[in-house]
Amino acid sequence: MTDHVRPNYVLIWLYLFLLTVAEVALAFELPISRNMKLLLLLVLAIWKALLVAMFFMHLKFERWRLRAIFMVPIPLAIILVLAVITEKIW
Amino acid sequence: MTHATATANLMHPPAPAEPGSGVYSNKLGMWIFLASDVMFFTALIGSYIILRFGAPGEWAKPNAVLNVPLTAFNTFLLICSSVSMVKAYAAIVDGKKYFLRAVPGKLLRDGGLKFWMLVTIICGAAFVGVQVIEYIKLVGEGFTPTGYREGSLLAEHALGDPVKYGAVVGGLYGSSFFTMTGFHGFHVTCGVVSMLYLYFTKVLPEKYSPQDYRGIEVIGLYWHFVDLVWIILFTIVYLI
Repeated sequence: MTDHVRPNYVLIWLYLFLLTVAEVALAFELPISRNMKLLLLLVLAIWKALLVAMFFMHLKFERWRLRAIFMVPIPLAIILVLAVITEKIW
Repeated sequence: MTHATATANLMHPPAPAEPGSGVYSNKLGMWIFLASDVMFFTALIGSYIILRFGAPGEWAKPNAVLNVPLTAFNTFLLICSSVSMVKAYAAIVDGKKYFLRAVPGKLLRDGGLKFWMLVTIICGAAFVGVQVIEYIKLVGEGFTPTGYREGSLLAEHALGDPVKYGAVVGGLYGSSFFTMTGFHGFHVTCGVVSMLYLYFTKVLPEKYSPQDYRGIEVIGLYWHFVDLVWIILFTIVYLI
């Protein structure tokens, strides 16, 4: 766990701060379509979440077996949400 | 092994790696809990999506009811607490148990575990405080889990501009907003209480060392996860 090069936490903090500023700016009225805005916001949110998981939770430096534990619910989550959405469509 | 060393080992168990996963059991347990917590929040987010996109009308516009700048500040607080948590972890890995220590030739002082844990606790408690203020303000203006309270300021606004304030779906909006942010706030509160407990029982008495910092690593994982969930919730509840 400690035998890797330590990431620059302050730099990641700066990234997270700038991405949050970009997100808040997107929430205001902008001359872009609503779907474009939605896509950009989701990309920024996932980007931030990945930064936290990879560097703060050290997932980037863990072995695969441990990462798998955290990754197992993600496809299940996607299936759950998609199933709920399709119920709405039909 | 003599009886004495066996007893000593029982009293101060080392951090054995679990076969297979290669990590100690406390950490493995926390990861499994976090995996189940992912499903918990997925259930909330999934029901929010169906409520929002299956609703008979449009949701209120961002910034109409909710105070986005205040919550953006709160997001910033939580991100800061996440960074201070990881700094606390890095400090104890390096064996820095102290609060602050002067660095020769430098203006800034070097923070140890005691300092960074305290910063984390303060930022976490401030997050909960701001959220409570936000709730009080929202309920005062008339935004409740059952929708816009009759005769309130927001109910009047919703009558004047039904599209901007999502007048048709006020109840769905209110119930999903308070459920999602409320459960997240509960997670943060649990984290702050756990960290306070650790602070007084383990951090201040200097029970952690570079050889055994399991508690700090495990509470850190929980804390970063709570931050991660907030990043997603902030986007889908406040900004979309």
